[in-house]
Amino acid sequence: MTPAIEVSRLVHRYGTVTAVAGIDLEVSPGECFGLLGPNGAGKTTTMEILEGLLTPTSGQVRILGRTWDEGNGDLRERLGVALQETTLADRLTCLEVIRLFRSFHRRGRDPEEVLAQVGLTDKRDAWVMRLSGGQRQRLALATALVGDPDILFLDEPTTGLDPTARRDLWQVVEDALRRGHTCVLTTHSMEEAERLCQRVAILDHGRVIAQGTPAELVATLGASEVVELATDPPLPPAVFAVVPGVHQALPGPRGARLTVDRSSEVLPELIRHAERQGAALASLDIHRATLDDVFLRLTGRSLEADG
Amino acid sequence: MNPLGQLILARLREFFREPSALFWTYGFPTLLTLALGMAFQNPDPKQVVVAVWPGPDQQRRIDALQADPGIRVEALSEEETRRRFLGARVTMAVSGTRDLVLTYDPRDPEAPATRCRVLQHLREASSEPLLPVQDAPIEAPGARYIDFLVPGLIGMNILSGSMWGIGYALVEARKRKLLKRLAATPMRRGDFLVSFFLARLLFLGTEVAVILAFAMAVFGLEVQGSWAALVLLAATGAMAFGGLGLLAASRTRSTETVAGLMNLIMLPMFVLSGVFFSASRFPDFLQPVIGVLPLTLLNDGLRAVINEGAGLGSVAGPLVALAAGGWIASVVALRIFRWF
Repeated sequence: MTPAIEVSRLVHRYGTVTAVAGIDLEVSPGECFGLLGPNGAGKTTTMEILEGLLTPTSGQVRILGRTWDEGNGDLRERLGVALQETTLADRLTCLEVIRLFRSFHRRGRDPEEVLAQVGLTDKRDAWVMRLSGGQRQRLALATALVGDPDILFLDEPTTGLDPTARRDLWQVVEDALRRGHTCVLTTHSMEEAERLCQRVAILDHGRVIAQGTPAELVATLGASEVVELATDPPLPPAVFAVVPGVHQALPGPRGARLTVDRSSEVLPELIRHAERQGAALASLDIHRATLDDVFLRLTGRSLEADG
Repeated sequence: MNPLGQLILARLREFFREPSALFWTYGFPTLLTLALGMAFQNPDPKQVVVAVWPGPDQQRRIDALQADPGIRVEALSEEETRRRFLGARVTMAVSGTRDLVLTYDPRDPEAPATRCRVLQHLREASSEPLLPVQDAPIEAPGARYIDFLVPGLIGMNILSGSMWGIGYALVEARKRKLLKRLAATPMRRGDFLVSFFLARLLFLGTEVAVILAFAMAVFGLEVQGSWAALVLLAATGAMAFGGLGLLAASRTRSTETVAGLMNLIMLPMFVLSGVFFSASRFPDFLQPVIGVLPLTLLNDGLRAVINEGAGLGSVAGPLVALAAGGWIASVVALRIFRWF
């Protein structure tokens, strides 16, 4: 089967700044693929090259088996794009906007049906300027869906939204994914990537530093849980590396950040170990290992603190 | 620090750090004063045209009036004079017969002073110090200030409407990434730009119609020439200025910058191209420049049609020039146009 998207040795420079420094990707049909990384990692530039808006400095891109040079107009028919922070016309209603975008496509879906799908039926006659941030993002998604695209590109679909609006939007995206669109989305939220994407590529400084399913990437930590603890007086994280069952000990935002297999077994020993050093436990947090922990291990920086 | 003092200081700093505010406060009034000063510095810059009709006294009267440098005397037939009264291309006609008859439009702002001077010269040259005179007031359409003003206002409206409607709107769409979003659809990019020009034409029709209808109803303005020429001039002007707007917007990212650019293009034309007063008031060395400004072409064309009864043939020159200028601006703009 032809991959939906094939990217090899992709490079893009703006003047002297290298935004994308040699990226290889492959996205299968029907898959939701996440480009994950902090601001400035090259996610948006990569997206714009895939969308045919930017011509890369070098490297190959094939969308649905064709390059942008071969099939510009045809290819656009088959793509749906929701850009980061677009403001569509202020004084058009939602329905008018979707009808406008529908008119650009030879074939597509009924505008009212698409509005219903993104949950904006009761806002169909409301001006765009009167919509909340979450509603605007859903409208942006609807402009992408109305052409019934083979590939959906979502650039930071939930950036700047409050938690409720994010969860609402995720639901809408999941629903759209069930209809069989291939999807590429960028995000700096690992929670979003884990929830929506079958596979992710983690980008940093224009390179892919890890690629795979979220579960595979978390498995590379060699541990399934993360313990974050702070002591009084503070102890250097390396102190805990000798405790059996601890895979890795790194400094984290809230003290020592330890990757472990089974926290219930390791925890009593960790506390005793701290006491032996003359320190008392001040705070403790245990969670399942996430993509953020993967990013931290690979870069030494936290994705969340960055974004 | 005193809070009031700090607040005043903050105001002053913000003001002096905004270059466009500086220009509007100091530069623009200075330039406007300079331009108006040039236009109005000479107390008698314009020659009035006085026609002398055929008759036994024609030559004598021409000689008497020719002594005045402020009067351009022309020997004209009555019929030719009547044509030239349209659009006030002649201010007064003097009979060539023994009885002195002065024909003029009393509503023409130049008329009263001209009557005084003409009468004075003729009486001085005559043996009778109290030469009897007969006034023949006529209505010369297109002689009033309002007749002069309305075509200028229409021209100004076409210029600013087209530039803001196309230039500003495009930059606004680029700024909010709407252009980028549209570029990612299968939409034909030409369709999008053409929609701006065609929508502009629709707006323009109503704008010009409203101004004209108002001036006709309230001030009794009459369109002396061809309506087809008027419509074609307005449409060609709008397309040409739309091309200038497109050019101003072709690579500009911020609405502030495009507003500044468009003002830079428009303001000199508002002042120089004869909107509120005749461009002929400016000194001779400026006339070649003023003559090729697109708004001058449009205003002169509109005045010729509305006041002087010109038809399609006589405005062909400005029509072609406007179309060519607009076409060049549009081609350059499209070549350098940036969608995102």
